[in-house]
Amino acid sequence: MIQLPLFQPPTWSVTDLTRYLRQKIEEDDVLQDLWVMGEVSNFSRPASGHLYFTLKDASASLRCVMWRPNALRQSYLPLDGDAVEVHGSLSVYETGGVYQLYADTIRPTGEGLLYQEFLRLKARLEAEGLFDPLRKRPISRWPRVIGIVTSPTGAALRDMLNTLRRRFPLVKVILAPTAVQGAEAPAGIIAALGALNQAIQPDTILLARGGGSIEDLWAFNDEGVARAIASSQAPVISGVGHETDFTIADFVADLRAPTPTAAAELATPNQDDLRLASSDLAERINRTILATLTETRWQLTDLGNRLQLFSPRSRLRSNLQRLDELSHRVVLAQVNMLRFQRLQLQNSEQRLAVLSPVSVLNRGYAMVLQPDGTLVHSVTQVNVGDPLDVRVSDGKFSARVTQGTTPED
Amino acid sequence: MTPSKSSKDTTINSIEDLTYEQAFTELEAIVAALESEKKSLEESMTLFERSQMLVQYCARLLDQAELKVQQLSGESLTDLNLPA
Repeated sequence: MIQLPLFQPPTWSVTDLTRYLRQKIEEDDVLQDLWVMGEVSNFSRPASGHLYFTLKDASASLRCVMWRPNALRQSYLPLDGDAVEVHGSLSVYETGGVYQLYADTIRPTGEGLLYQEFLRLKARLEAEGLFDPLRKRPISRWPRVIGIVTSPTGAALRDMLNTLRRRFPLVKVILAPTAVQGAEAPAGIIAALGALNQAIQPDTILLARGGGSIEDLWAFNDEGVARAIASSQAPVISGVGHETDFTIADFVADLRAPTPTAAAELATPNQDDLRLASSDLAERINRTILATLTETRWQLTDLGNRLQLFSPRSRLRSNLQRLDELSHRVVLAQVNMLRFQRLQLQNSEQRLAVLSPVSVLNRGYAMVLQPDGTLVHSVTQVNVGDPLDVRVSDGKFSARVTQGTTPED
Repeated sequence: MTPSKSSKDTTINSIEDLTYEQAFTELEAIVAALESEKKSLEESMTLFERSQMLVQYCARLLDQAELKVQQLSGESLTDLNLPA
């Protein structure tokens, strides 16, 4: 007979044990927020959209799951054999009796280190004030010279030149060529920025590179490059990689463009806009001038009308009439005067005729004249023997004084 | 004739010497002046003629412009011809 122990150790059901383990794991903060690195194997992505894979290293393996919503957010999906870092929380899949990592982020190994480095540098430069909005210089609205720092062989250069040609061909472009990836790229970029500022003094500098992996863009996260951008005299527009790429250069630059093409766009006015703007101005000038002309013409008409009211012409007309009247009266007066004078003249003639010596002679009187024509009306005028002329009504004859040359008493 | 007229042109810039920016800025100034101030007819017409010339000049600058690209190597500039 087997003596049963007084206190039997409890017997667990599998479910209870599994649930217990799961609780233990899920209570552990470290296990709920961890990065695990390893090599990917058995990667699968069934129709559900969830990701299943195993992380392993030389001596252990870990089952991993990534649910569909997280899987959709990943820009990078691994292949078997990739060295990756996975972030997530550990838990237990009860049905299968396995613990596994429920992943939310997956990235290639190495990127994490670079990213740490990036964050540290970014924080340091930010603390220094290199990203301060107050430091940002305004971008010239009308650049005359644009400096470009990029690779002479890249698509970025071609894109930028095409954009500049299309938008604002009046600008002059100076390329300071440099490698934009690789170990020598940061020094090249720094030298190119320096040379442009020194020799050309462009209105704007475009610092650009086409898209690539994060390692390809790494030169734009270089501290020296960041400081060269900050100390550039000309404002710098960065256009590095794609829209989603942010580099230190983007933070330091006076303006960040998502792509090289966008950088060229931000640096220049668009000639289509310029043509519109100038025809708009021309239109406004036309309108204003037309208004001025219309107003002036109206003023002129108005003045003309008012002038007519006060015109001297009507006064002139009445004056002319008056002049007419006056002159008529003058003529009339003159005619009357003439008539009067003629009457007077006739009157005088008649009176003259009465007084005329001729009419006296006709009545039988004679006039005695001395030879010099002097009329004799006194005996004292003559002496005996003087010749005389005697005038009668129908002629004259000569005579001589014979006696009686003294006055009678 | 000797080119002595250059000294007289200091008050009104000869249009051909203007950059696009200067021409456009002057155009804007003319609009502002015409729209905001009461100008004599004669002044208005002078400004109008000037503005016509500026508009044509701006369009001509854009029409005739060809992007110039040079490459800086060291201190020297060389023309750069790239396929578009």
